[in-house]
Amino acid sequence: MSFLSYLIKGISLGSVYAIIALGYTMVYGIAKMLNFAHGDVIMVGAYSVFIMSTSLGLSPIFGVLTSIVVCTALGLTIERVAYKPLRGAASPLAVLITAIGVSYLLQNIALLVFGANTISFTSVINISPITFGSNGELTISGETIVTIIAGIIVMVGLTLFVNKTKMGHAMRAVSEDKGAASLMGINVNATIALTFAIGSALAAIAGVLLCSAYPTLNPYTGAMPGIKAFVAAVFGGIGSIPGAMIGGVLLGIIEVFGKAYISSQMADAIVFAVLIIVLLVKPTGILGKNIQEKV
Amino acid sequence: MALLEAKNLSISFGGLRAVDEFNISIEKGQLYGLIGPNGAGKTTVFNLLTGVYKPTEGIVTLNGIDITAKKTIDLNKAGIARTFQNIRLFKDLSVLDNVKAALHNHYVYSTFDGIFRTPKFRKCEKAMNERAMELLKVFDLDEKADILASNLPYGKQRKLEIARALATEPKILLLDEPAAGMNPNETLELMETIRFIRDKFDMTILLIEHDMKLVSGICEELTVLNFGRILTKGKTSEVLNNPEVIKAYLGDE
Amino acid sequence: MKKLLTNKIFKNNLITYGIVIIAFVVISIIKGTGNLSSLFTGLLVPLCAYIILAVSLNLVVGISGELSLGHAGFMCVGAFSSALFSKCVVGTMPDGLRFLLALIIGSVLAGIIGVLIGIPVLRLKGDYLAIVTLAFGEIIKNIINVIYIGRDSKGFHFSMTSEMDLNLEAGGETLINGAQGITGTPKDSSFLIGFILVMITLFIVLNLINSRDGRAIMAIRDNRIAAESIGINITKYKLLAFTVSSVLAGAAGVLYSHNLNNLQATSKNFGYNMSIMFLVFVVLGGIGNIRGSIIAAVLLTLLPELLRGLNAYRMLIYAIVLIAIMLFNWAPGALAFREKYSIKNWLSKKTGKEEM
Repeated sequence: MSFLSYLIKGISLGSVYAIIALGYTMVYGIAKMLNFAHGDVIMVGAYSVFIMSTSLGLSPIFGVLTSIVVCTALGLTIERVAYKPLRGAASPLAVLITAIGVSYLLQNIALLVFGANTISFTSVINISPITFGSNGELTISGETIVTIIAGIIVMVGLTLFVNKTKMGHAMRAVSEDKGAASLMGINVNATIALTFAIGSALAAIAGVLLCSAYPTLNPYTGAMPGIKAFVAAVFGGIGSIPGAMIGGVLLGIIEVFGKAYISSQMADAIVFAVLIIVLLVKPTGILGKNIQEKV
Repeated sequence: MALLEAKNLSISFGGLRAVDEFNISIEKGQLYGLIGPNGAGKTTVFNLLTGVYKPTEGIVTLNGIDITAKKTIDLNKAGIARTFQNIRLFKDLSVLDNVKAALHNHYVYSTFDGIFRTPKFRKCEKAMNERAMELLKVFDLDEKADILASNLPYGKQRKLEIARALATEPKILLLDEPAAGMNPNETLELMETIRFIRDKFDMTILLIEHDMKLVSGICEELTVLNFGRILTKGKTSEVLNNPEVIKAYLGDE
Repeated sequence: MKKLLTNKIFKNNLITYGIVIIAFVVISIIKGTGNLSSLFTGLLVPLCAYIILAVSLNLVVGISGELSLGHAGFMCVGAFSSALFSKCVVGTMPDGLRFLLALIIGSVLAGIIGVLIGIPVLRLKGDYLAIVTLAFGEIIKNIINVIYIGRDSKGFHFSMTSEMDLNLEAGGETLINGAQGITGTPKDSSFLIGFILVMITLFIVLNLINSRDGRAIMAIRDNRIAAESIGINITKYKLLAFTVSSVLAGAAGVLYSHNLNNLQATSKNFGYNMSIMFLVFVVLGGIGNIRGSIIAAVLLTLLPELLRGLNAYRMLIYAIVLIAIMLFNWAPGALAFREKYSIKNWLSKKTGKEEM
């Protein structure tokens, strides 16, 4: 039974990674940049919920909505102030280093505002766990159920959005070829901003789910999950939406199994060993396309 | 025996056949032109010949040796050098260093020699400087050796790119639209230069060009590409008077 | 013409060496007269280590055009491996030889790890090196914190759970004690050794840049496809730059650890924050500008110590500096603005001189 419960726990953690990875993968696909600050947007989202529901005592739903609004606004601001001016910069390192600067800035602002201490986060999910077996051998917590369901909804919703709506088509066009898209009358800047907005809103949701399942919060909460989600995005094939989902879930399972069966201290190392192996064996990931540079 | 020969060269991108059954045979010392309307697949042919793309079908030989699907580096070592349609210089290196970088495989010393400034390093660097300046002189760039490549005017950047390609001591030189963006005077000068390179270095040259004056002025033979397929080939004057070629360029009226 | 250029580079390098030598002499004299505060004196060896790191990171970021966020990790590898060695052999050989061997062990080990990371990552296009090195830096710290190594008459004991688990007999010695790290490393480092290592680093990096290898590395940075077309092996030269850089970072770690009685792997000395600090040195000093890295490392190490009140905001200021400089130096809009309003332009307009 413990195998099954680890598996479910892995899928749940993986769903969180997947939701974060979607943000990475969309931004990477469209702006061709690794948004280092994405993980820290998660942390800001979690603090927003904490302030609304725990400190101010408002309803968790209201907290989650606030968090989505805050993160979306934050994502848009970061894109506008720090990344957009660097579009077309001579060196691709420029925007990457700036993104690291933004990530570092968010962490340190949080450090000054909230302090370095880890606070305990009250789960916003209030669903009783489901128990299987006569003695409760297998218990699935409410958080786990909600996280997995949220992951599925986000995945399906995003796929429909990208494939069926006009804005979704615009996003795909921009990620294929900015020049051609703009000749077709697509507002490239607005489309990129929209992508950041969606990615950041997803980060808010991921933040709530993550901190509900692992109820602690500090200014560095988003950093590690952020990096792991990037690994998941690479694993699944960077730029691919189903790839991010598959990569996220697989990585979550690998991490939980690694913790349970190998060593809890080495779990992170195992996750990154996965990255190295993927880069060695199939750098384009499970579902990734091989992108040829134009010559 | 032809110096460079391609047989049935084809490549598909996601079902679209960008180049279909391309054949070419270039003799040593020839000045050969590859022309065709925009999007006909000319640059794709260059990319196939230089290892940027791997052909789906077909073979390429250089001096009779099969070089199909080799890597770009190995093809350069084998003797194929090229320039690019959108100039690709090492923009933060000096003009001199751009050429010296291309002497990489011809003047070799170890990392150890480089760090410890051994006599071998000195000797090699001196020879490299001399060789690079010699090449720059051919293109009237020796006076500009010290400035950054990105600070050169456009026409001179094109010339530097050719000098850099020549520095790798190729058997055949592939020029991708060398006259693009040049005014008529510069183009005229470039024609002189290309002819001069052929004579002085005994070079074989394959070039892609849109400028018909340049093509008819210097190319001895032409291949015309349209929609990825060969439309016609032959002596320059014959090809340019071919009604089908004129139709391909001016469109169906 | 070509004489001119080589002379210019030569002169430029001489100025860099000169600045370091003069700074060393001046500080040594002040130290000799006893006028250097103990705070400042204590900073001298770490400062040398930071300079080496800044220069070596600039080799990766500025010359090779890749981003490493794990340089603190390479430093960590060099620090711990060499400290462990020194502690094991203390008393069995002369101090000088011991430090030399420790230096070789620390740098070579860091270099080997650099190669192991570089091989899978550097053959790919994209930002993978940044993420993999970042991960490496965090993981190596975690791993060192759970390593226990001890020694007794039966030989070495190894554990990843606790000191007790080593089962040392009475009189046995714990060499690495998990999160408590290594205690009692011989204090072999000094300001003089730090200075010598900085000079060696400069010698290696500057000569490498101005050689056949350096040209190949920079050619790849400027245009990968063109570099390939002239027969340059991309992976080989990216790997060369990254490996040399990790070797030097390892050497800096050796210098650092032999200055401390108690060496621990915390986020304060070997964590992400440190890697970012080194990146700030490089960016502030100018990407690709070796002399600038040295000056930035000195300023940013000493200033916060002098302005203690700002300590709480130090990281915040680093973050803002990083973003502001990148935008100012790299954004096309900012560059156009600077071009338009630059003093040089304004002067040439005034005097009616033609622009080239």
